[in-house]
Amino acid sequence: MVNINDILETVNMIKQENLDIRTVTMGISLFDCISDDQKRLEAKIYDKITKSAEKLVSTADELEAKYGIPIINKRVSVTPISLVGAACDKDGFVRLANVLEKAANEVGINFIGGYGALVQKGMTKGAANLIDSIPEALATTTKVCSSINVASTKAGINMDAVARMGQIMKETAYLTRENDSIGCAKLVVFSNIPEDNPFMAGAIHGIGEPDTVINVGVSGPGVVASAIKREGFCDFSHLADVIKKTAFKITRVGQLIAYEASKKLNTPYGIIDLSLAPTPAVGDSVARILENMGLERCGTHGTTAALAMLNDAVKKGGVMASSHVGGLSGAFIPVSEDAGMIEAAEMGALSIEKLEAMTAVCSVGLDMIAVPGDTSAATLSGIIADEIAIGVINNKTTAVRLIPVYGKGVGESVEFGGLLGHAPIMKLSEYSSEDFIARGGRIPAPIHSLRN
Amino acid sequence: MKAVVTVIGKDSVGIIADVSVECAKHNANIVDITQSVLKDYFAMIMLVEIEKMETEFAVFQKELASLGEKRGLDIRVMHEEIFNSMHRI
Repeated sequence: MVNINDILETVNMIKQENLDIRTVTMGISLFDCISDDQKRLEAKIYDKITKSAEKLVSTADELEAKYGIPIINKRVSVTPISLVGAACDKDGFVRLANVLEKAANEVGINFIGGYGALVQKGMTKGAANLIDSIPEALATTTKVCSSINVASTKAGINMDAVARMGQIMKETAYLTRENDSIGCAKLVVFSNIPEDNPFMAGAIHGIGEPDTVINVGVSGPGVVASAIKREGFCDFSHLADVIKKTAFKITRVGQLIAYEASKKLNTPYGIIDLSLAPTPAVGDSVARILENMGLERCGTHGTTAALAMLNDAVKKGGVMASSHVGGLSGAFIPVSEDAGMIEAAEMGALSIEKLEAMTAVCSVGLDMIAVPGDTSAATLSGIIADEIAIGVINNKTTAVRLIPVYGKGVGESVEFGGLLGHAPIMKLSEYSSEDFIARGGRIPAPIHSLRN
Repeated sequence: MKAVVTVIGKDSVGIIADVSVECAKHNANIVDITQSVLKDYFAMIMLVEIEKMETEFAVFQKELASLGEKRGLDIRVMHEEIFNSMHRI
């Protein structure tokens, strides 16, 4: 029998420290649904998703009961819709978004991702139509998530796409203005998008993936924060060890769930995403981990170093616990979804400039940040360009999910509810990026992309 | 196939008896049991054989949880594999 203390430790992690499996995501290829007939395309997509993911939710519920660990989200990611619906016009794409929504409701999942396009080097007509359709698609659905990859280390940055995405964010914010521009919470702009990421809003089922696949995203910032607190004052070598050991344990649970889910659903197991994903719940915050390391507030000097160490230790601990690691794998810093980040932003300890620096050493990017509704499209594109450049140059994934909240300004706050949380509206630079963004074209790939 | 039953909460007379009766009712055989009381805090861990259980696992879980609620205890039933995964390499 396992040691009594180990058993109590596990129970405590689940009961007190919010340990959970953040998501079991089924990737589904829609390539075999392609048709030049819109109705046939829609019917095939609906059938493929509802058939493949029919038992996803019930299986996850079953595993949740068997192992006594909450599985918070059940999701589906699909082949980027711009590829499946390459022949569609703008309205055709909006209809596809609604088919995805209908299928998601039928199988009972929380979100469906993949309403996106890969345009790092250029835009096909289909990709351009899909991008044009995003504001309406996100305004008429609730579960559909969209991600656009505008850059990669290999291809450089497609600045035309960056410019367009600033406008698309504005339009999406306007069309969902009745709900604090929530449409933008379902839209992410990426560089180096991973093709097996189980987390939303950026999940897609990449083109090199099998027909269907199970990817699992673990979580547990509360567990790491408590472990650090328990350890008390120690040096960084020791601290890194504490984080590694904790990450190992968390990831093993993810591995177990992924293995079992894959067996029960008769679907290959893809990857475990080793991410510390916070929620607005007390004790489930990445900011608190950094603060437990000795920072008075998340965002003060030292925060980037603390996050860099955390991110690295989580990977080192997790990688040994899992046979395949992928997705984003690192710490997430979504402002509105993290109680400690919200607090730090509200009191002025955390600025968007500091967040940008932090994204250079963690797994995602500028995530769930509310900005003034009157921010210009060019300024949004400027923020995207900065963040994407960090990813391209550093050979890593970065992403931008901003919410220019319609009708609101600095000093006000916005409430999204549920896992999306709430956020103060952050101050941006008052100076224009208009002429820079207007140039268009491509920023060439960096020299270190030539590795062959 | 075994499950781990954890019972945590304030100590009182008859906790082991009540939990054991519930296990017997479902034909879940107790193969190991360990408990400790620290001040008023009671923690018990039972390893039960669930292969020959006559009810579904989920029902067993719910009934033990509601017994816990009645007595002001946190009673959980989890498959042993989660502990092996986490704590053994």
